[in-house]
Amino acid sequence: MIFVLHFLLNHEDLFRILPEVILTLTGVLVMLLDATLPPGLTRRPLGWVAAFGTTLALWGSLFQLSLPAGTGFSGTIETSAFTVFFHVLICGIVLVALLLSLDTLPEKSHHQGEFYALIVFGAVGMCLLTGAVELLLVFIALEISSIATYVLAGYRKHTACGPEAAIKYFLLGSFATAFLLYGIAMIFGATGTTQIYEIARLVPIAQNHAFILVGLGLMLVGILFKVSAVPFHVWTPDVYEGSPTPVVALLSTAPKAAAFALLLRVIYEMLPTLRSVWQPLLWVVAVLSMTVGNLAALRQQNVKRMLAYSAIAHAGYLLAAFAGLGSSGIAAASFYIAAYAAMNVGIFAVVTLVSGYDEKLPLINDYRGLIYRSPLLGSLLIFFLVSLIGIPFTGGFFGKFYAFAAAVGGGAIWLAIIGLLNSGLAAAYYLRLALATAQRPDLDGVTKSTPQQGSPRVGAAVIAALAMAVLVTLVLGIVPNDVLQAAESGAHTLRVPPAEISIPVNVVEPQQP
Amino acid sequence: MDVINNSILTLILLAPLAGAVLVALVPDRWKLPNWIALATTLTTFGLTLHLPAHFDKTQPGFQFVIDIPWIKSPAINYHVGVDGLSMWLVVLVGLLAPVGVVASWNAIHERRKLFFALFLIQQTAMLGVFLSLDLMVYYGFWELSLVPMAILIAMYGRKDGPKAALKFFLFTFIPSAPLLVAILWLYTQTGSFDFTTLQILIAHGNFPAGALYWAALAFLFAFAVKVPVFPLHGWLAGTFSEAPVALAMVVAGKLGLYSMLRFHIGLFPEQARAIAPVLVGLAVVGILYGACLALVQRDFWRLMAFAALSHLSLITLGIYGLTLTGWEGAVYQILSHGVVDGALFLLLGVLYDRYATSQISAYGGLAAKLPLTATFFVVATLAMIGLPMLNGFIGEFLILVSTFTSVSKGWAIAATLGAILSAAYMLWLVQRIFYGPESALVTSKPPEDLRLGQLAVLWPLAALMLVMGVAPMLWLPTIATGMHPPPAQFQVMRVLPQGEVQR
Repeated sequence: MIFVLHFLLNHEDLFRILPEVILTLTGVLVMLLDATLPPGLTRRPLGWVAAFGTTLALWGSLFQLSLPAGTGFSGTIETSAFTVFFHVLICGIVLVALLLSLDTLPEKSHHQGEFYALIVFGAVGMCLLTGAVELLLVFIALEISSIATYVLAGYRKHTACGPEAAIKYFLLGSFATAFLLYGIAMIFGATGTTQIYEIARLVPIAQNHAFILVGLGLMLVGILFKVSAVPFHVWTPDVYEGSPTPVVALLSTAPKAAAFALLLRVIYEMLPTLRSVWQPLLWVVAVLSMTVGNLAALRQQNVKRMLAYSAIAHAGYLLAAFAGLGSSGIAAASFYIAAYAAMNVGIFAVVTLVSGYDEKLPLINDYRGLIYRSPLLGSLLIFFLVSLIGIPFTGGFFGKFYAFAAAVGGGAIWLAIIGLLNSGLAAAYYLRLALATAQRPDLDGVTKSTPQQGSPRVGAAVIAALAMAVLVTLVLGIVPNDVLQAAESGAHTLRVPPAEISIPVNVVEPQQP
Repeated sequence: MDVINNSILTLILLAPLAGAVLVALVPDRWKLPNWIALATTLTTFGLTLHLPAHFDKTQPGFQFVIDIPWIKSPAINYHVGVDGLSMWLVVLVGLLAPVGVVASWNAIHERRKLFFALFLIQQTAMLGVFLSLDLMVYYGFWELSLVPMAILIAMYGRKDGPKAALKFFLFTFIPSAPLLVAILWLYTQTGSFDFTTLQILIAHGNFPAGALYWAALAFLFAFAVKVPVFPLHGWLAGTFSEAPVALAMVVAGKLGLYSMLRFHIGLFPEQARAIAPVLVGLAVVGILYGACLALVQRDFWRLMAFAALSHLSLITLGIYGLTLTGWEGAVYQILSHGVVDGALFLLLGVLYDRYATSQISAYGGLAAKLPLTATFFVVATLAMIGLPMLNGFIGEFLILVSTFTSVSKGWAIAATLGAILSAAYMLWLVQRIFYGPESALVTSKPPEDLRLGQLAVLWPLAALMLVMGVAPMLWLPTIATGMHPPPAQFQVMRVLPQGEVQR
């Protein structure tokens, strides 16, 4: 036994999956405790266990920074500044989602222990996905995270739309994963390997170029489904509407972050030589996502559906960063994901508190006068909406700023113009909610008593979750240097071939003596 | 003293913000938020007065400059500074803030903490716009200034706040998208967001010519909506009739006009010259159109909105005449318009609070019951319509003279017509509200004239109107130092007050 432990502790490979190991142990521990605790007892402490484990995993991934960048387990998993960036992000999101669930899940809800365990297991998959450099491991990681989220989406099974959401998500998600797997098979067929660096080396000299193109296309379908980009977005509003709001806070951010990390890896690291193929494709998807997402969101009355369409639009802004050259695009995309995650988790946290677990107040009109009923929640809601609009001194602004700056730097001026006009369009519906929140309740014939639910229980856990979201959103908006640097050093660890040097107009030609 | 000079602008920016945090922390009792807001705004005003006291008139260029790296990549610096152009505008923002607090003293009785916190953030944003010399920092404050405004309009709107707030926000937010793209494009071309660096690079660099025109147009478009210039004024009337008085008095005009002078003409002189005739034409149309619409309004907030359109168009005319005299007149007119509008809005707010209607026809014969209100209103009105010896005259005169001598006689005559119309609608407004037979509404309420706090604000404002009217030389030389050595291609002419023309 001692020998085994000794062997394990000295084994460098194990440190390369340290956060995943911690998360898995936490999940198993929660499951075991859940099974051993007597039935009548409250399961809330299990949430604290899960939160503690996630915090440990977060420190674990920070510890990985001290490892030399490289791969483990015979070149299947990588640790680098890039993976640590996403690990920390995902663990942070999961932590906030756990804290949020702790205070908002009803005391008597069924299978609470499993709920926490599933969130943690989902996190294992997502973390693994960002580190995997072997396509089969990518597939396994994606499945681990997906299955956990499918179950979580249908957690409110006594409602009509809960199971609907879960089944829709599951069926469409499985199709998308099948596409991804088929794409992997195609690429394996063309190159004879599933190791990403090997593929990158072999693609330029491969004989079956058509196979690789088809493989790229199929893989993009699978990944773009996960990030809910148009035209693979149809599941998003229904799933967001049917899932419990704390789960949506998780669903709309963490799996997306992981999927974007995968997308960055696939196109920048695995197939950089096919830039002329994927660049126009992603350009079109980006424009479609922003435009369709924003136009559809304008018409929504349900807050969660509106935020779902806004998530689609944000996937579009994010894809705009992929027009950037070399590592600037990667850094911009990574930064945007962090900013987006912070504000989106925050806004879903507020929505959870306002409309309650049973969602008695789902419509925008129900939010009228919120700021008069509850100044704190009203102000927070407006704050996160302002960040989503992209007003300076919030994370949302710098996210958009870097994404579009990368696009302009890559020569895609039209993409930036379309994107920024879209963000003007988006302001319309964000503001509709923000202004309804700020409206005086007695105004405009809204004298009918708004359903007075008991004021939401704002416990210590929720306060901590909200404080984290607000703090990160503000830090990213006011002092983004450190996060930006982390994103940039992450971008540099991806093995991207150097970008073509673009010559600024004003560079004076050196005079020959 | 150097320590203060080196950090005064940061202090000016942080003071309202600190006040906002403080307001958010104290309990909403005993009018604590009001007192804190008043103390904060007075402190800020005091700090802004430090600038003219220590401003070196003999030295052109920016003073009190702070330039610290903020974000490394892309290189954004916290670069602030004032020159003759912006210094008095900063003081004006400082001056109007306590006026706004007094105007909201009794008008705001719900959620006072939120109101004053947002009001103070709005102050920081506006001060930031005038102080920033880095385009990204400038853009940040420019956008930030929209948010508290929109929320407060929605929260305290009189009839349909959210609708007016949405209109206001979208009208000003969407044009800033091209502005941001233009700023980013300039950065990709030059590698700098810094105003002074960009000014030099644009003057000497070789850019794709067409692109620079588009960039200049993007800048101008964003500013023109904010002013607003004639066909882009759709948001103005709704905002004026819904916004709380304290915000209505600052929402229009100075941010956009200053930005035109600094960032449109300042950065793109050649492109500005090419488009100036269009703006001169639009400005004259705006003067007459606004005045005509003001004549037929039944609601005094809407009347003030169209009056503002008319007066702000006159300032635009002064700016795009592209003469030094016109610019001096324009800046002077921005200052005096701010002072006069502050007083007028405060007084109309007092009437609205007491009688709860903005229908002009509901009033009548107030002068006998509220003599002080009537007196101050008449003084401010006379200042607004440009009576000599009061402040509105100087700027208007300088602008019209410069237009007449160096732009076009026809436009100048048309613009002068606007000044006559302005007298017509303002005096008619005074007559309908304060004179004539006493209306039923006025009879129904016990007379209660201005309170001490309001008088404490109105007396200095009235005195300022007089001083600015008789002693413009206290301000004009400083303003003149802010007009940078103008590029040669402007053919700058300077019209002296005696009417001589000096090359």
